[in-house]
Amino acid sequence: MGDFDLSVIWNNLPFLWQGLQLSLWLTLLAVIGGIILGTGLALMRLSGILPLALAAAGYVNLIRSVPLILVIFWFYFLVPLALGRPIGGFYSALIAFVMFEAAYYSEIIRAGIQSVRKGQVHAGQATGLSYWQIQRYVVLPQAFRNMIPILVTQGIILFQDTSLVFVVSLRDFMTASSIVARTEGRLAEMYIFAALVYFTICFAGSLFVRRLQKARTA
Amino acid sequence: MISIENISKRYGDFQVLTDCTTHVAKGEVVVVCGPSGSGKSTLIKCVNGLEPVQQGRIRVEDVEVTAKGTNLTKLRARIGMVFQHFELYPHMSVRENLCLGQQKVLGRSRDEANAKAEALIGRVGLLPHIEKFPGQLSGGQQQRVAISRALAMDPIAMLFDEPTSALDPEMINEVLDVMVELAQDGMTMMVVTHEMGFARKVADRVVFMDAGKVVEDRTTEEFFGNPESERAQDFLSKILNH
Amino acid sequence: MNYNWNWGVLFEEEYLGWLMSGVGWTFAVALAAWVLALAIGVLIGVGRTLPSRPVATLCTAYVELFRNVPLLVQLFLWYFVMPEIVPDDLGRWMKRDMPNPEYVTAVTGLGLYTASRVAEQVRAGINAVGPGLTSAAYANGFSTAQTYRYVLLPISFRLIVPPMTSEFLTIFKNSSLALTIGLLELTAQSQQIAEYTFQGFEAFTAATVIYVVIALGATVIAQILEKYTRIPGFVGKG
Repeated sequence: MGDFDLSVIWNNLPFLWQGLQLSLWLTLLAVIGGIILGTGLALMRLSGILPLALAAAGYVNLIRSVPLILVIFWFYFLVPLALGRPIGGFYSALIAFVMFEAAYYSEIIRAGIQSVRKGQVHAGQATGLSYWQIQRYVVLPQAFRNMIPILVTQGIILFQDTSLVFVVSLRDFMTASSIVARTEGRLAEMYIFAALVYFTICFAGSLFVRRLQKARTA
Repeated sequence: MISIENISKRYGDFQVLTDCTTHVAKGEVVVVCGPSGSGKSTLIKCVNGLEPVQQGRIRVEDVEVTAKGTNLTKLRARIGMVFQHFELYPHMSVRENLCLGQQKVLGRSRDEANAKAEALIGRVGLLPHIEKFPGQLSGGQQQRVAISRALAMDPIAMLFDEPTSALDPEMINEVLDVMVELAQDGMTMMVVTHEMGFARKVADRVVFMDAGKVVEDRTTEEFFGNPESERAQDFLSKILNH
Repeated sequence: MNYNWNWGVLFEEEYLGWLMSGVGWTFAVALAAWVLALAIGVLIGVGRTLPSRPVATLCTAYVELFRNVPLLVQLFLWYFVMPEIVPDDLGRWMKRDMPNPEYVTAVTGLGLYTASRVAEQVRAGINAVGPGLTSAAYANGFSTAQTYRYVLLPISFRLIVPPMTSEFLTIFKNSSLALTIGLLELTAQSQQIAEYTFQGFEAFTAATVIYVVIALGATVIAQILEKYTRIPGFVGKG
């Protein structure tokens, strides 16, 4: 120790920045996809239609029992096989993350929907709204408002999870840091730098969540 | 026995207590009443140091509660306290609730503690329920257990913080009866309550509080017969006309 | 879709052996890390609720630090960076003589990371017990230590059985990250079988089924535990 060489970071900044951009894009798209698919799964579970509810519950519990890395391996293997042609690492990873995170988002969203008081549904029914109208205009808006902090927290976790694309060598921030670390022989500098960057982004995110929660209770 | 002298307390900007003074002599029963938010619960929690104060002095017998370095744990073991929401330990049976403090704080043997627990629970008529858990009892029963738990420590005085206000109306009397009996046995008591019937029956003095201040501190007859302040008159007319 | 099914590959001696060895390492990492996570997590979680300001701040800092850096980065820090920044002798020992470095690193990294998550559950459990009971215990003459020992911890431990179950499952899943530092646990072995045999479907299915069985087992045990520790008539204030 003692001879920390910070120039290695400076010299490779464009490469690292590209990696970080990939991480952020992957996070953003996976959050959006995960919330959409997760809402679908949550509505299926609460639909009262047994086959739908069972299918959704089965999917959610299956995904929640296996490691994300295994899910990434699965989709890297399955997606090209199913489509008959390779579609590139990024899209395989994106599909894996959407399918994986949807299971977690659906549980959050289901709890959010259940937190909306039954009387609200009754009021909607009394007004003559259809099931879908009640979900669309009465239940989901309230549910999502209650859930925003948890959804953001899950987004921060997802951002950390994207580092796992390292296992398939997709060039996110983690993989980029690791490439620099190894080619330049500067493991300590690069991994500490990576930790600092992740920490700064995630900690800022969690402070933002705290502000959201405070604004809500105030 | 308990003397509260000129105490003041703030939570941040909010002044909860302003220059409050009162005394409770040995064997005396003092009722503290007043509108909600008047600081009466805070006042009583200052007596055993559950709430710290910024100014003033509280003494219980020879112990300076407000002094730095006072062994509050030791003091609290000698003062019984009963809470609005009972606060029985939910993971322990009635018997264990009564024995825990006796064994762990006073160092009594299991047999001694059990004998005391059974005697006290018998006195409030709950012996058949002694192995049950708090969650299996009614509110009135739980509060009688809570009083017994405090008495198990052989306290020199008892503090009651709105002991009946979380109870359904039909259960209030079973708790008040226990308290009346206790008062008649000569226990020193400080009671925060809205039960003016109880105050009339057993209180020696009534302290009336409003907006964090002691507005009246007089004998029971004087307070009910001829309250001095307008606020006390107002309070009494509201509470008695129901 | 073109695929040559061959489930038999899973039962060939060599690959079955890989799978079993993978299961063994997964359990070895997860269970040891869990012990570490529980011990440290409880201390940190309790620390955050203590009246002492410096202790609470220190414990909060621990949680924030370990929670906001991806586990993968933490593992790399322990594995690649730690030996470089400790005193030379110790660093040399870690690199050359420490027995089973991948395993020790995986357990340390995973354990300390999970401790921050356990700490959050413990803190939430203690807070859910409520200030009323704490006051009652103090009024009863208990010291702070006695209040935790007899009242706050027994109740909060019962309240946090369900979230702790999910943490326990998470540690099994997260143990798969150990493959990034070269520990051949279950996920790594299934990936290796897929690469050697080109039977990815079978290999990943085997690993998936094993993880699901572990999850089901843990859930059943948790339910028994929950039933056994339930307090009659008590509903948590949550």
